[in-house]
Amino acid sequence: MWKLLQIELFKIFKRPRTYISFVAVAALVSIIQFGLKVDGKMYVDFMLRDLSASFNIEGNVLNGYLVCYIILQLLLVHVPLLITLIAADLISGEANMGTLRLLLTKPVSRTEVILAKFLAAAIYTFLLLIFMAILALFVSMAIFGTDDMLNLKSGYVVQLKSNDIFWRYICAFCFAALAMLTVASLGFFLSLFAENSIGPIVATMSVIVVFTILSTLDIPIFNAIKPYLFTTHMIGWKGFFDVKVNNDNEAIIGSVQNLDKVLQAAGILALHIFGLLLASVLVFRKKDILS
Amino acid sequence: MKKIIFVFLSSLICHFSTSAQDVNSLIKKVRSKLDKVNDYIAEGKMKTDVAFIKAPVGKVKVFYKRPDKFTVKRDKGISILPKSGVSFNMSSVLSGDNYTAIPSGESTVGGDKVKLVKLLPNDDNSDVVLTTLYIDEANLLIKKANTTTRENGTFEMEMSYGKYASYGLPDRVIFAFNTKEYKLPKGVTLEFDTDDTPKHSVKNKKGRVEIIYSSYVINKNISDMEFK
Amino acid sequence: MQPVIKVSNLSKHFNEIVAVNNLSFTVNQGDIYGFLGQNGAGKSTTIRMLLTLIEPSHGEIEMFGMHLSTHRKEILRQTGAVIEKPDVYKYLSAFENVQLFSKISGGPKLTRAQLLDQLAMVGLQERAFSKVKTYSQGMKQRLGIAIALVHNPQLIVLDEPTNGLDPQGIADIRNLMLHLSKERNKTILVSSHLLSEIQLIANRLLIIDKGKKMAEGDTLALFDPSQTLVELETLDNKKAFYQLQQSRWSAKLQPAREKTIVLKMDKNEIPAFHQSLAQMQIPILSLQPRNSLEDYFLQVTTGNQHVEAFTN
Repeated sequence: MWKLLQIELFKIFKRPRTYISFVAVAALVSIIQFGLKVDGKMYVDFMLRDLSASFNIEGNVLNGYLVCYIILQLLLVHVPLLITLIAADLISGEANMGTLRLLLTKPVSRTEVILAKFLAAAIYTFLLLIFMAILALFVSMAIFGTDDMLNLKSGYVVQLKSNDIFWRYICAFCFAALAMLTVASLGFFLSLFAENSIGPIVATMSVIVVFTILSTLDIPIFNAIKPYLFTTHMIGWKGFFDVKVNNDNEAIIGSVQNLDKVLQAAGILALHIFGLLLASVLVFRKKDILS
Repeated sequence: MKKIIFVFLSSLICHFSTSAQDVNSLIKKVRSKLDKVNDYIAEGKMKTDVAFIKAPVGKVKVFYKRPDKFTVKRDKGISILPKSGVSFNMSSVLSGDNYTAIPSGESTVGGDKVKLVKLLPNDDNSDVVLTTLYIDEANLLIKKANTTTRENGTFEMEMSYGKYASYGLPDRVIFAFNTKEYKLPKGVTLEFDTDDTPKHSVKNKKGRVEIIYSSYVINKNISDMEFK
Repeated sequence: MQPVIKVSNLSKHFNEIVAVNNLSFTVNQGDIYGFLGQNGAGKSTTIRMLLTLIEPSHGEIEMFGMHLSTHRKEILRQTGAVIEKPDVYKYLSAFENVQLFSKISGGPKLTRAQLLDQLAMVGLQERAFSKVKTYSQGMKQRLGIAIALVHNPQLIVLDEPTNGLDPQGIADIRNLMLHLSKERNKTILVSSHLLSEIQLIANRLLIIDKGKKMAEGDTLALFDPSQTLVELETLDNKKAFYQLQQSRWSAKLQPAREKTIVLKMDKNEIPAFHQSLAQMQIPILSLQPRNSLEDYFLQVTTGNQHVEAFTN
């Protein structure tokens, strides 16, 4: 199993395709950082428009923490596409190349093969997120400094103390990892059914795009199905950036407003991952390899 | 216009026994007490209670220098302060003689008997339209002030005194003010969830900021740089 | 001697289509076992069932005395295979490919020198570190074999190993198989749709058509001289056929075909037959002796008539 995992990782990281994602993330993050560095004041003024009407806001509003939040908000919707590129290719790509049949005539069980491949996809996903965390969080902290973070939500503003943020990002990245892993498992599952990688990649992306649009649309008829779409839960990481207040409306440091909702979303995603992985194993064990 | 109101108010005030003369001398006494303080740096805690803001209690430093330099700074982090409200300061209000004081009767604030005095600025261009002071005559302390401004609506300050009462400096100040609406489109904030309304109703547009002072450093001649 | 492969009543259905139909055969230790059939006869499906890529619908497979369904790993550890095209990871070098598969083939851990030896055996040592996407078809085929052999398996399964190769490449593979069989005492199962390719090296043959066994046996026995088919072409086939029916050769006549007359006889009877033809004054255009097995093959690959060739 360990050998198989090593081999899968070796294969993933020997392919140029793997690095597209890293380059894309680096490019997107630096573009956003550059834009905010140059024109961030306008962005902040716009976001603070309503608040500035009644309040004077002083301090480094556009600090590394807020920049990271903006980046994650923009990027985490698109990273699934990059994850898909690898995950949906894992089985179908080998079927297409013809290496799948060679791999499966080796004295390793299919369950081992599929788990090793899934783990490799998971590791790839985590590495991409860690890479993103370094760029989006640490580099932003270096460029923009740190301060309290104003989370400007649609209905209200949350002020997070600068020493109450970092752990939230760790949680957010873990949550994002879960969300991305859900995408990876979907791509992985679909890749079982094709003998070229284009099909499952496009299928996975389509599912994500359609689901995301349904999740985003604020139309009553779609609201009813939102809870059943995994994309709705994928943005649950934002929940870590809202705090509870006490009776005096003071923010309670270290609290999370809807922790149960966030955990529920995480649970739903975990169930998706487990379900898709189990289905993958069951399908793959019985599958006749005709490629 | 203001003159007319003034005349109207004056006619009302005539019913009360307190004369304008008495009021002016009371104000003078209060002012001379406040004038003992040339400058101060105070440390305290600030609580923000606004329906659409979730802010933690923060440490603040308050700087004052006569006649009208006043600023509140959050020790660390970002400060969200009501416009002009918090920077409104009693000494600044009473500095100069550019107002007309009108006695407006008596009342109680927190169980203490107080005299009501209305101050009308003589300067027609002043942002402040009217200030009502609730003065504890016995201790020469301003317990409460209601101010109406042109730009920033009406706000209220309530003060309680303790250790620094002899300087006329409060231990606790509560600002109550009106806020405008806050709303960002969900498309901008990229929020998908539909049922994410804040616990506190946004309709309650009254905001409160409370500063609890823990210590004052008085008359140590602070630099003007602090107010930049 | 224990058979290396023992297949009993093996069948595979893909929905309505019967790919392999009640097939039984035995491969013994040291055999070069030729597995013949036209394209789509069920060779690949059978080989894939032997390698656990496809699950049989019915039947039993025993290899090295163990059931494949219960001792998959043990069996695969002793088996090396090249299935159809020798596909490997094109974005890796030959060395990386061999190294990668050696790790999961169940053999002992090989040193770098041993891995390079493996590539040298198939003549790829000089290009060991080039990416496989730069390789020719023949080189890929040899790399595939190097990978199949990396864990020194007892049984080597080669599915159409000469497909797409030039004559030199075909000869190379053939020599390699002979070498492996004679020098290293390997058992080899090799499939092909070309009899000519296999009959030279295989000591035993299995021929299938439409998933069914047509013949199985020693190559020499299958090429039995008493079963020689003589194909005769004359100026007037109709007349000649009539004349032969009247002669002592009538019992040996096979059902009439379009352009030729076919007789089944012992190879030694051909001179006498030739004389008879002369005596009957039949004008001969051509006279071709052909083994019945070969004839069968020509028939199925050209796909014309159904032959009942294998009744021995």
